[in-house]
Amino acid sequence: MTVTEAPPTSPAPARPPVHRTSVRRRLVPYWLLLPGVLWLVVFFVLPLVYQASTSVQTGSLEQGFEVTWHFATYWDALTEYYPQFLRSLLYAGTATALCLLLGYPLAYLIAFKAGRWRNLLLVLVIAPFFTSFLIRTLAWKTILADGGPVVEVLNTVGVLDVTSWLGMTAGDRVLATPLAVVTGLTYNFLPFMILPLYTSLERIDPRLHEAAGDLYAKPSTTFRKVTFPLSMPGVVSGTLLTFIPASGDYVNAQLLGSTDTRMIGNVIQSQFLRVLDYPTAAALSFILMAVVLITVTVYIRRAGTEDLV
Amino acid sequence: MTDKQAGGDVRLSGISKTYGSFTAVHPLDLTVPQGSFFALLGASGCGKTTTLRMIAGLEEPTTGTVRLGDRDVTALPPHKRPVNTVFQSYALFPHLNIYENIAFGLRRRGIKSVKKQVDDMLELVQLGDFAQRKPHQLSGGQQQRVAVARALINHPQVLLLDEPLGALDLKLRRQMQLELKRIQTEVGITFVHVTHDQEEAMTMADTVAVMNGGRVEQLGAPAELYENPRTTFVANFLGTSNLLEAEVVRNTDGEVVVTVGGGKLRLPAGRCPDATATGGKVLVGIRPEKISLAPAADVDAVPAGRNSVTGRILDSSFIGVSTQYVVESPAGKGLEVYAQNVEHRAGLEPGAEVVLHWNPEHTFGLDAAQAIDAGVETVGETP
Repeated sequence: MTVTEAPPTSPAPARPPVHRTSVRRRLVPYWLLLPGVLWLVVFFVLPLVYQASTSVQTGSLEQGFEVTWHFATYWDALTEYYPQFLRSLLYAGTATALCLLLGYPLAYLIAFKAGRWRNLLLVLVIAPFFTSFLIRTLAWKTILADGGPVVEVLNTVGVLDVTSWLGMTAGDRVLATPLAVVTGLTYNFLPFMILPLYTSLERIDPRLHEAAGDLYAKPSTTFRKVTFPLSMPGVVSGTLLTFIPASGDYVNAQLLGSTDTRMIGNVIQSQFLRVLDYPTAAALSFILMAVVLITVTVYIRRAGTEDLV
Repeated sequence: MTDKQAGGDVRLSGISKTYGSFTAVHPLDLTVPQGSFFALLGASGCGKTTTLRMIAGLEEPTTGTVRLGDRDVTALPPHKRPVNTVFQSYALFPHLNIYENIAFGLRRRGIKSVKKQVDDMLELVQLGDFAQRKPHQLSGGQQQRVAVARALINHPQVLLLDEPLGALDLKLRRQMQLELKRIQTEVGITFVHVTHDQEEAMTMADTVAVMNGGRVEQLGAPAELYENPRTTFVANFLGTSNLLEAEVVRNTDGEVVVTVGGGKLRLPAGRCPDATATGGKVLVGIRPEKISLAPAADVDAVPAGRNSVTGRILDSSFIGVSTQYVVESPAGKGLEVYAQNVEHRAGLEPGAEVVLHWNPEHTFGLDAAQAIDAGVETVGETP
């Protein structure tokens, strides 16, 4: 009894500050989140809401647009532009596959064989970023020019016959063909494939290779059963970083392609900036987003990398 | 199983490894008899792991050959050698479960029905319930057992163990030492074990090769190495030795008499280096546990015929089963004496004058041309 009745001395004034610091401490994560969240709200969520409302408006530029919940725009846009959608997925998919084929050996070399050249090679991978994306893409116009040395060589060697047969080129031209667009996409997105691949390959303990060899795996089997499965996180993030922006890209198709190689990005761009049909453009953007999201979700499910990361 | 491996000795002849100007392993001849538990013991950087990796094929020897039985495997890549390794960090495949880790070697050799063998192996290492787990879900000791199982399932001619217990805590190490010894006896495969822990090497191996600076200093059974070290490195690295600088006074009738700090000591000529003539220098060694300690007042009670030196206790530390004394003596500074704590003895406190005595048979002689403290500091490093 006497204990409970003891006069409250210092604890009373001491407690509030303790309480306040703990509250402040609990708020720290939110304060740290705030700038990023604000940024996303202003530059991502609000435009998205605005686009969503635009996509269900009707009207014209002269009379102004009004929200009429006209969902038919989506259906119209899809039926009219599905070839461009399919083409986008095809080009982006091909470019992603090519990036993987070109990037994997390079990332492997940098991670395991480069030794003291490793850092230099990594800088070289990023080096193109020092020049504008547009300038580099325009440069490909010169590289792939009709009658230029590259096209001549490809023609002489017979590569163009094969690509023509595949429908990737027409006659002895490369420029303004699907091949040119896919080449441009591959070139522009290659570093986004190499860097994540390198990161995941570099994390693999070289002793695992030795262990696999010690357990009767040939070098090729070691790659198939150990190295490649362990690099899956890099393969997945590399392909996503390549495929997602490539499927919405329009610069490569515009500069290196022709009207027959228009991708969905070109359609959206012209609907917004030239035709000024904002609802259709907005609807196309949302359809593209949905298509990419679904494709990516299915892909990640299939790749099954959850327990690797 | 044993028929298949008949004549499975590991023979290294003239094997060496140099990296640029650095020689990791000097030309070395070594035979590991089939079915034995062989330890390569030495401090880090002594070339023991390089030697092991050359047997595994993970390192290409600069000179020399590796033979398994009568087959020269020097030019074979690791995946073609009938040899398996337990790596220091285990190197378990993180993306495969325990079952698949253990089945890896069998599958690579195209064996379809692996279930029975994998289950047997899981049982041998007592991990039956963990088959579906991933390596990172296991403790260090369990991972270690998986690494052993993954190698043993292939019935290699030789199992190579690269400091397999290095990452485990002391209690688990002791347990795994017994476990590995049990497994080795059970399967009868040749084990080559690399370690820097002299106690581990001595408890587990039939034969120990002590390596130092890329060379084998001495090779033999653990007791043989301990009782008859031939170099100061072995004397100091395996356990502790009191080494005293002495001068030979007489070498006759199979007995050598030396003077140390004014006193005379006797030792059998058979335990002394060959070239010991009168007046020659020699290092005399005695293990701390062989020495008996008595208060100086009881000097008359020391039986005749024993070697004895006088001294003063500098320090004593009680460690349960025994008490370790450090004694300063004209014969040498900091002599160590380990006395069993059978009963409490008066007059053995720091500062007390004492007499140290031991059976002359337990004294060994070493060539005085070597560094007296070779291998000393490395003992302090071992956990």
